[in-house]
Amino acid sequence: MLKIIQPGFYTTLQDLGRYHYRQYGVPVSGAMDQGALRRANALLENEPGAAALEVTMKGPEVEFTTPTFLVVSGAHLEAELNGEPVEMNRVYQVPAGSHLKCGPVLRGLRAYLAVKGGFLPEVRLGSRSYFPPVTRHKFLARDSELPYAPCEDFTPRLLKLNAADSYGQKEVRVWPGPEFDLLNPSQKACLFETEYHLAKEHDRMACQLGPAMEGIGTSMITSATLPGTVQLTPAGKLLVLLRDGQTTGGYPRILQLDPDSLDLMGQKKSGDAIRFLWA
Amino acid sequence: MSEAPFHIKPFGREALLLEWPAGVSEETLMDVLGFMRYLRDNHLPESEWEFIPVYHSLTLISYGKEKDLERVTRNLPAWYHDYPGPGTLSARCWELPVCYDPPFAPDLEEVARILNTTEPDLVRSHTAQPYRVFGIGFLPGFLYLGGVPETLRLPRRDHPRLRVPAGAVGLADRQTGIYPQESPGGWHLIGNCPVPLFNPEAQPPCFISPGDQVRFRAVSPAEYELHKIEGEIGIYNFREGEGNA
Repeated sequence: MLKIIQPGFYTTLQDLGRYHYRQYGVPVSGAMDQGALRRANALLENEPGAAALEVTMKGPEVEFTTPTFLVVSGAHLEAELNGEPVEMNRVYQVPAGSHLKCGPVLRGLRAYLAVKGGFLPEVRLGSRSYFPPVTRHKFLARDSELPYAPCEDFTPRLLKLNAADSYGQKEVRVWPGPEFDLLNPSQKACLFETEYHLAKEHDRMACQLGPAMEGIGTSMITSATLPGTVQLTPAGKLLVLLRDGQTTGGYPRILQLDPDSLDLMGQKKSGDAIRFLWA
Repeated sequence: MSEAPFHIKPFGREALLLEWPAGVSEETLMDVLGFMRYLRDNHLPESEWEFIPVYHSLTLISYGKEKDLERVTRNLPAWYHDYPGPGTLSARCWELPVCYDPPFAPDLEEVARILNTTEPDLVRSHTAQPYRVFGIGFLPGFLYLGGVPETLRLPRRDHPRLRVPAGAVGLADRQTGIYPQESPGGWHLIGNCPVPLFNPEAQPPCFISPGDQVRFRAVSPAEYELHKIEGEIGIYNFREGEGNA
């Protein structure tokens, strides 16, 4: 069991997402930075979608009551395992009774704490990713516990990975969205000439970008939206839908992020700058 | 069938959007749903594709290893040609209890005034006809219902509520619907349905599907409480009313 002493700023459990339920209005969810989750799972020789903790801004303080192996991946997270500093993307053996104390996330927004075999709470609609009301929890609570299968016997084939992080990159690759052609030439030019900043309105569902641009008044009939869909509101606000984003919407979908850039967006925090670039 | 009535638009690297002529039409919806089932059963297995049908569009999302959107785009017109059409509609009509009494209906009085009618007449108009489910989205289990009569059409509230309770029945913008979970919302609230529309422990999690119909039945606060308990312990009997295909 993993005992949560302090949950951190906003820590959730995520795998690669919940598929096949969008027709019922259930978002995909899953790790915001899927590349980082996959790296941690690869080092632990887990299934690519084994569930790990997704840490936002500040990590938790936890105790491992049974033995396992640990990898921390994603944005650089300050952490100490039994008093020793933890390196990113490196496999650590974790004896029973170990204590992990995390600090802030640096250079990026989200880090992943993965254990051998993944965390094993109940699967709900094909996934363990937190998303109420599908799961009971929205984020990790103090004094709660998360199950995993104990493991003492594992010799990693690769102990460490030097993953160059590209979280400082500003360029976000996009495809034209279904309503791209509703934009006039000056709106189209503006989209690719402007440096946008992530607004305060920013969570796992969506982030708003500033500055605002000329809006689109055309009202459209509700249609599907995807993680990475960029909507333009009549008031000229740009909204990027993220992994927990709603499955349908009524605003024009002017751009669609490339899947790799969606991972990058998951590492951007309020105030960070981005630029759109054709994929 | 004949020539494909939809436009195919790329939707990023992993999805295609099929758009039938814009409009809220039952005939179009049935073709969207029929073609979706045909594709799923014949060409695009559910293990590799996910579908979002809503109003006049069908979104096909690929998560197979091979990103074969180009091949699918090329083949869709021929597949539509081979598709036998939507066939007979399996129109289930679900009867859902709604309590229109205060405190379940904070906006009923105001809505009746705006629509220049009385509260009992407003309830009669709201329960008089079945509504077609044009899709599920926005929140898990939120039904987009069409077929709201002209007499019940009014704009959204000027000030959205930060917290609309689960089960609230709303009316706005030519639409009516039930908030499946507590959420913010801008619709006028005219009642509350005690029966949960989304159950993550059931398979599928929504017993109502796009293409079905929903009809509201006015119930007393006492019946509301009874149905709420039945819903919580999972024994509420969703009576299917007569379909109207």
